[in-house]
Amino acid sequence: MAFATSRAEASKGGFRLSMLIYDTRFRAITLQVVALILFLLFIGWLTDNVIRNLDAKGKDINFGFLWVRAGYDIEQTLIPYTNDSSHGRAVIIGLLNTLVVAFFGCILATVIGVIVGVLRLSNNWLISRLMTIYVEIFRNVPLLLWILLTFVVISETMPAPAAFKITPAILESRAALEGIEAQAGGNGFWSRITGLQTLSLPFFLWLLALIGISASAWQYARSRLDAGKAALIAAIPAVLWIVAALTVFSPSLSPVLADSEASAIGPTEPAASKFFFDSIALTNRGTNVPAPLLDRPLGGTEIVSVPVNYSVLAVIAVIIVSVLANRSVIRRANKLQETTGTRPTTWWISLLILFLPLILLLVALGLHWEVPAFPVNDEGVSQGFNFRGGIQVMHSFTALLIALSLYTSAFIAEIVRAGIQAISRGQSEAAAALGLRPGRTMKLVILPQALRVIIPPLISQYLNLTKNTSLGIAVSYLDLRGTLGGITLNQTGRELECMLLMMLIYLTISLIISSGMNAFNSAVKLKER
Amino acid sequence: MTTAQKQLQIPGEIAIEIRKMNKWYGQFHVLRDIDLTVARGERIVICGPSGSGKSTMIRCINRLEEHQSGDIIVDGTELTNDLKNIDKVRSEVGMVFQHFNLFPHLTILENCTLAPIWVRKIPKKQAEETAMHFLTKVKIPDQALKYPGQLSGGQQQRVAIARSLCMRPRIMLFDEPTSALDPEMIKEVLDTMIELAEEGMTMLCVTHEMGFAQAVANRVVFMDQGQIVEQNAPKEFFSNPQSERTKLFLSQILGH
Repeated sequence: MAFATSRAEASKGGFRLSMLIYDTRFRAITLQVVALILFLLFIGWLTDNVIRNLDAKGKDINFGFLWVRAGYDIEQTLIPYTNDSSHGRAVIIGLLNTLVVAFFGCILATVIGVIVGVLRLSNNWLISRLMTIYVEIFRNVPLLLWILLTFVVISETMPAPAAFKITPAILESRAALEGIEAQAGGNGFWSRITGLQTLSLPFFLWLLALIGISASAWQYARSRLDAGKAALIAAIPAVLWIVAALTVFSPSLSPVLADSEASAIGPTEPAASKFFFDSIALTNRGTNVPAPLLDRPLGGTEIVSVPVNYSVLAVIAVIIVSVLANRSVIRRANKLQETTGTRPTTWWISLLILFLPLILLLVALGLHWEVPAFPVNDEGVSQGFNFRGGIQVMHSFTALLIALSLYTSAFIAEIVRAGIQAISRGQSEAAAALGLRPGRTMKLVILPQALRVIIPPLISQYLNLTKNTSLGIAVSYLDLRGTLGGITLNQTGRELECMLLMMLIYLTISLIISSGMNAFNSAVKLKER
Repeated sequence: MTTAQKQLQIPGEIAIEIRKMNKWYGQFHVLRDIDLTVARGERIVICGPSGSGKSTMIRCINRLEEHQSGDIIVDGTELTNDLKNIDKVRSEVGMVFQHFNLFPHLTILENCTLAPIWVRKIPKKQAEETAMHFLTKVKIPDQALKYPGQLSGGQQQRVAIARSLCMRPRIMLFDEPTSALDPEMIKEVLDTMIELAEEGMTMLCVTHEMGFAQAVANRVVFMDQGQIVEQNAPKEFFSNPQSERTKLFLSQILGH
């Protein structure tokens, strides 16, 4: 035999230099050693080159700039920051801004992606086509365009803060209207019913939609339940319809006025109004949301110049304890099912355990919401140029979050669809033949198998989303790329240091995400052989 | 119809009754006017060329396929769109598939206890005892803690049979249970099925194993192009086929 294949034979023949190339045992090692030497030489050459070039320009590698005053403002910060803070703190602010978008983006993208992916497999022709269109639109247009488009749409279409103000003219019209109302006789239930605009086109379309939805709800429920329950389910859209018709399609909340009368009075409300029980204001400057305030806060301290709020810590601690307590309830339910066969209903106990302690704590801390509003003078006329109170969320953040989530969700939808389709039809047929209902089949048979197909590509999507937050620069969202890789870099001229640091930070974030997801993956993966 | 069959069709003794059942896949008429009555304890072998609708027919019996016209009454329950009826029928009817369809992420034991625990609401311990009982019966109790991927085809199919039996069905459907197996594994599965037949289980079996048909079947049903062409006791069916189509089919499968 030309090539020695066992240790004994090799020692018999002795070692020859040619074996380094021709012997399968040494060949692999030889090639790796050569490759390693070449690679190290290349790195050495690059480093040497950089140092020589920096030398020629009279520069060195120095991270001292991180402790120097930054001198620029950042619009949105999670922890205190002023332009007197250091570049290092600006980097932390940017990092936190990156993480915030990445965190909520991943959650939102997963939720939308799973829903779209499952619905795309729906038997309903219309729904599955709509989901196909959604996926194709979002994944086939560059992300940068979506970010810019979302930003432009939300900032250009929203009214200026001034549109929310109550002006003296509005107060005059209100007074005039009250006079007419007193003559006409109130704005009760009957006046709304008689004022219902039954001949308008929107009402007609709404009526058609109602009939369609109610009929399909009835048909769907009838195939699974008895007639009584089906009727109950079909009645829900009907009730919603009546409520909507009375509020949307009656002329207004006021009694019927002749057109001439109404136009003579002028507007009785500001041009724009706040959403969600009069608490959230969308303006062309940003989204104003209520801020949580505590009457009896627990105080706080600072650790390495990062503020630590004891109230927040208390809330987190209570949530963790509640989740752990809930787990033990579920474990007890499992044990009970094992011994008696019937599973106790635990959802209301879980709800109590999860929410009651939290609510009690928040009540004890005296939580209330500071709603953004214009200050008003004694007559009720709004003062100032912008909302006071609450939190103003920048449109750059909102646009980046929405665009990233929608774009990534299109990819996640395809991953979820592929994962479910990868499970053969035979699995759900076998489960059905054993008498398992579709929901149980999904939970006990399909999903545990689909997850192992879904998770590895899902990790890539989370990493993509996290790194794509750096596109926030397009809408001047000051994330890590905007602070460290943007303004700090420009001001200090430390390109190499900034880029190295930025790469290191992105690498660390990515490795943390993927190692976490890999741990999850190995927990759910198929144990076979 | 032979007199023996007429005697079996006493009300209450009927396990499955199919009347004028039709099914289409789009334009394609898969099943035409199927009439079939199966008495309790009867063992029926269904054969026919591929594409003749035999699998589709037995899959209609536990509603894995929907029929478009006619009636199917299983154990006194009519199969309609009513989910409760479907659940009832499925809990009475076990099914074994050509490709086993075991759940690869669960152990053999968990495969056997999943449905009893979640559908029949049986305590886990009791479900495990039942599972071990049936696994012993199919002669693989020592594999209980392995995963399906670690078993041979024949063993997997016997597990599939045990999994169905754990639901204590009154009727068993077999959809070409030995078609995906090696010859020596076919025997171990057939032995299990013969044992089951001897205990008086009502069985409908789509198979090409004519030896099995001769050994255990009360009746052989021959299907072609979505119709039942001929049905008879195995002895007459093989020795004296009535229609030309049956003769041709028998000459082809028994010829070699």
